[in-house]
Amino acid sequence: MSGKGGGQVPEKRIVLRNCGVIDPGQITTYLERDGFKALKKALSEMTPEEIIEEVKASGLRGRGGAGFPCGLKWELARKAPGDEKYVICNADEGEIGTFKDRYILESDPFTLIEGMAIAGYAIGAKKGYIYLRAEYHYLLDLLKNAISQIRERGFLEHFDVGIREGAGAYICGEESALMDSIEGKRGEARYRPPFPPTKGLWEKPTIINNVETLMNIPQIILNGAQWFSQLGTEQSKGTKVFSVSGDVRKPGVYELTLGSRLRELVEDLALAERVKMIQVGGATGRIIPYEMIDSPLSFETMLGAGAITVFDETRDMIDIIHRTMEFLAEESCGKCVPCRQGTEAMVEILGRFSRGEGQEQDIELLEALSSAMMLSSMCGLGQAAPNPVIDSLQHFRSAYESRFGKN
Amino acid sequence: MSKIQEEISIRGGDRQELLELLIEVQSKFGYLSGELLVEIAKSLGLSVSEVYGVATFYSFLSAKPQGKNVIRVCKSVPCFLKSSQLIIESLKKELRIKPGETTPDSRFSFELTNCIGVCDKAPAMMINHDVYGDLDPGKISEILAGYK
Repeated sequence: MSGKGGGQVPEKRIVLRNCGVIDPGQITTYLERDGFKALKKALSEMTPEEIIEEVKASGLRGRGGAGFPCGLKWELARKAPGDEKYVICNADEGEIGTFKDRYILESDPFTLIEGMAIAGYAIGAKKGYIYLRAEYHYLLDLLKNAISQIRERGFLEHFDVGIREGAGAYICGEESALMDSIEGKRGEARYRPPFPPTKGLWEKPTIINNVETLMNIPQIILNGAQWFSQLGTEQSKGTKVFSVSGDVRKPGVYELTLGSRLRELVEDLALAERVKMIQVGGATGRIIPYEMIDSPLSFETMLGAGAITVFDETRDMIDIIHRTMEFLAEESCGKCVPCRQGTEAMVEILGRFSRGEGQEQDIELLEALSSAMMLSSMCGLGQAAPNPVIDSLQHFRSAYESRFGKN
Repeated sequence: MSKIQEEISIRGGDRQELLELLIEVQSKFGYLSGELLVEIAKSLGLSVSEVYGVATFYSFLSAKPQGKNVIRVCKSVPCFLKSSQLIIESLKKELRIKPGETTPDSRFSFELTNCIGVCDKAPAMMINHDVYGDLDPGKISEILAGYK
């Protein structure tokens, strides 16, 4: 159920081109939509190096939030020594307010697996895994069915795909924790370097790509890098799939060309009214006040994994930030001190503001904690956990000041 | 041969199988009791501490007894904006337990969970692996009736 909104803004469908069009349980409906033509082209007409060059030239960047150049990641893994390499699809979509990967997986598993198979050929991997979050267990049979139909058609002879299930942990969407989880361990972040393209799963060269990133691959191979890189901004090529929820009349999944305005998505498509602020990128994303609604959505500005949570004028900003921090404190894996203790301390301080017992020095404390966590946390969770606090202090400082208690 | 050893012999008894094994054992035995964890540790040649560490890290694994059906209501912000609190209150009344508890007849465990990825149908909850979205308090008792 991709959203259908006011209609003034044309959606651009690359990633979602088959969603709602094909039958996710029938490979024949996928084959009618050019299914596996890209893989055939890759295997018969292109060398792995040429594929990597094409992906590099397309400008495709990771859609999971970090925005790392996809082709560069593949090149590092290709060049890393060793015969045993892995492709992992990160389907551990746990960021608050994100559900686009669920929609993609349930609507078009074939494109994803075709993308993985091309990635496998490009880096020289014979095995790939889809790491599926426990909350999406109900998609397991659909994915297994897709894999077996693809296998029967002979498209997985050079590369096989398996599924590993998570067991409920937000941190496992972080790539190094995800690999530990596949290895059967607690999903805790790893110290880096080494990075996964040199030492990843079972210490072998590994690429980890988000569902949406891999969905772009077949179209890039078929239509070429130039076609893809015409779309978007200078540093953000192609489209982005957004998950819109909160105070909107049309929540749902929307795909827009990168560089589109936040207003087009939130007001024109999702039909929000009287907006106070928008959280872009989930719990660790940015807080955007309504005054900035004409900002473009891109890696240059703000994006994350494309979670868009909309808050109207009736919402209490401090309460939202407090709840967001409670989530991060709960989901911190606990391995490094700045994140484990920092998120807990922030919950406590934000709780004081929430109860109207804040102090002026609490604001300084929040700012000091923020810089320490950003500087010294081991992974993206702790490094980005202060984002909602920093942004809300910048844009809504008076909300904090109105919650000072009496001494 | 115990059921656990059977399971391990199928999977090859490798360290990397630990998480999958725990998921499997929990689905067969309901929860991961101390005895089961000790047996798994022995069979895989791991310390109990390591096995316990993995078993208690993930929110879908439980080292304490659980009801036959596990209800997980999303408490994250998008569901909160759509009054998930009313769903939680309705479940409390219906089940006569608080989040974190199990009904005396062991039919239901009631938990709060973080984002389950159906924010477009908020407020939402899961029962076992089934998802229910666009909830309102009036729908709760009918949904629960479907779980024995």
